[in-house]
Amino acid sequence: MTDEGRRPQRIPNWWDEEDSTDKPASRSEEDIMADIQPITMPKWGLAMEEGMLARWTVDVGAAIELGQEIMDIETTKIANVFESPVAGVLRRRVVDDGDTVPVGALLGVVAGPDVTDEAVDDFVNAFLENFTPEESGEAGGPVPETVEAGGRRIRRLKAGSESGEPIVFIHGFGADLSTWMLNQAPLAEERPVHAIDLPGHGGSGKEVGDGSVEVLARAVLAYMDAEGLDTAHLVGHSLGAAIAATIALEAPDRVSGLTLVAPAGLGPEISGDFIAGFIKESRARKLRPYLEMLVADPDLVTADMVEDVLKFKRLDGALAALQAIAAANFDENTQRVSLRDRLGGIGVPVHVVWGEADRVLPASHAEGLPDNVTVTVIPGAGHIVHMEKAGEVNKVITGAS
Amino acid sequence: MSKKSYRQAINEALRQEMERDERVIIMGEDIAGGTGAAGDQDAWGGPMGVTKGLRPQFGGDRVLDTHLAEISFVGAAAGAALTGLRPVVELMFVDFMGVCFDQIFNQAAKFRYMFGGKAVTPLVIRTMYGAGFRAASQHSQCLYPVFTHIPGLKVALPSNAYEAKGLLTQAIRDDDPVIFFEHKAMYDEEMEVPDEPYAIPFGEANVTREGDDVTIVAFGRMVNFANQAADSLAKHGITCTVVDPRTTSPLDTETILETVEETGRLVVVDEAHPRCGMAGDIAGLVAERAFDSLKAPIKLVTAPHAPVPFSPVLEDIYIPGVARIEEAVRAVVEHDRKVAAE
Repeated sequence: MTDEGRRPQRIPNWWDEEDSTDKPASRSEEDIMADIQPITMPKWGLAMEEGMLARWTVDVGAAIELGQEIMDIETTKIANVFESPVAGVLRRRVVDDGDTVPVGALLGVVAGPDVTDEAVDDFVNAFLENFTPEESGEAGGPVPETVEAGGRRIRRLKAGSESGEPIVFIHGFGADLSTWMLNQAPLAEERPVHAIDLPGHGGSGKEVGDGSVEVLARAVLAYMDAEGLDTAHLVGHSLGAAIAATIALEAPDRVSGLTLVAPAGLGPEISGDFIAGFIKESRARKLRPYLEMLVADPDLVTADMVEDVLKFKRLDGALAALQAIAAANFDENTQRVSLRDRLGGIGVPVHVVWGEADRVLPASHAEGLPDNVTVTVIPGAGHIVHMEKAGEVNKVITGAS
Repeated sequence: MSKKSYRQAINEALRQEMERDERVIIMGEDIAGGTGAAGDQDAWGGPMGVTKGLRPQFGGDRVLDTHLAEISFVGAAAGAALTGLRPVVELMFVDFMGVCFDQIFNQAAKFRYMFGGKAVTPLVIRTMYGAGFRAASQHSQCLYPVFTHIPGLKVALPSNAYEAKGLLTQAIRDDDPVIFFEHKAMYDEEMEVPDEPYAIPFGEANVTREGDDVTIVAFGRMVNFANQAADSLAKHGITCTVVDPRTTSPLDTETILETVEETGRLVVVDEAHPRCGMAGDIAGLVAERAFDSLKAPIKLVTAPHAPVPFSPVLEDIYIPGVARIEEAVRAVVEHDRKVAAE
């Protein structure tokens, strides 16, 4: 199990907070119960409320190890492999392939071979009886909200602690704040984390001016002003990374660190096919091949992910915004923005992360960068490396901030 | 983004388009207070409360309660559309449409053609359809095939709240007359619907499930039943592609044919009667243009050729349900396996 990126990150376990009075009184039973461990639907993103167990990849009766891949789970954004948080024999599959259940719901039960079937059944029944899913938007954690900043409506998802150097996440072309679902939650533990929708994207206003990186960078700075963020660690993806780097160059006193994930602006090439297809296609079946260009493993693209992009593109003004941004920044297979020669002038540490199998912006752009730039190239990942290999990207961000 | 019902989604589309374009007006029976009713002008908001709140916001010049005579107010709306407004008419039950067929078939549908393309008719007629409401045979029909038959009309059948807002927005922005079908059993069904305005293009089918074994084409409320059947069958190893055409006119024949070419089997689910309906129409399309892809005869799951019964027991049997869809899918899957075995 070297595939760190697919390991769920610090998923809150329901039993951490369980009232001990719920447990059976007698000591021997307690010991038995301690051998019975639940596998529950993980919470992979701040906004994740439910997930679909796409398929079990282990059978009942199989011995499973800690970290073994045991099932595929589909969220509203992306499919991922779920690695077992516990070790033992899989005794029950409580949820079948294809079923959608709330976060925290019991999926299966792991126990030692000497635990009786009856004890396992009792455990399952007790769990099901006591389980209540989190209410969305209440106990369910932070939800996206819209704020006014610099005369624009900006949607953002803010979470995390009050203290610590804040992170501002900036997504790429055509995406929105939910692209950070696997990064924002784990990084929220020690610092405030803000993920925003850029102008023209998601739930933000669709006015983008000339669509240039400079206009978008000013919008991000206006957001930081409105939120009272004197400085922040900027984490940008793709075009959002070019925006983050531009802010670091134009307003160096506002940026305490820079993590650039598959950044635009570090070389001339870009897949013009991706940009053109992303804008043009309005049917899911036609759009899907372009979204599959974002990942190394095309199976990770879920129907919901495709549908979410279509829903965004249908919003009034969204298509015009995308066209303006594309025209300002890309000329078929060539990028108009070049920041490569200016990276050396950035005064804070710069971390570049790239998926080796990136088909939108080639990972070769990570070669030969100046000395103040640390480069991590992750094998087996494509352009949205922060989703495909979230654990590894989170390590880079944590190390950098 | 927040959870909204089918009813709220339609109300929001009307409100946002009225805010965006002052030429948009709405008219219909009882859509404000009810003509002649005393007191509150926003008492009702239509028989299902869909237009509630619009009269106070936009006033009586743009939210018009009409008399009970479809022949005159639909005719007036067609004329208003021809002369610069963008009327949205609520015609309570589609079953009543017969009294104003001339205004729809011979006037609204023909203006653009007969005036040599020099006129547009941005008229929307919103109407309720479908069984399951215990409303008997004069208030429960699915007459969309009748309108689909007429060139010059567009016909939309939203299958959920998201679709309802986007398709109604498109209908109002469209320069041709659109008959917009709202299933009366769906008004309380909720889902996430964006707060911002958006339009779903006509003639682009939505593929709601993707599978390898069978293509299910379903309309309006039946899309949800087809999805349920597909989810249930997937657990038994049969995977289905479910196609929601969204509009029967224009019809996205490309998506239907492509998916049938992939799966080789077709089930069409339609709540309307089978004669001269969409189910037979889709079957004919596939038989003509994708015959060589078919591995099994096409199956149609429709209501019978009979009026909608008033008896609740009979009405429940009358409406195509999930079990019947599953049965049809199993039959087409087993057909060629049986042939292969023989």
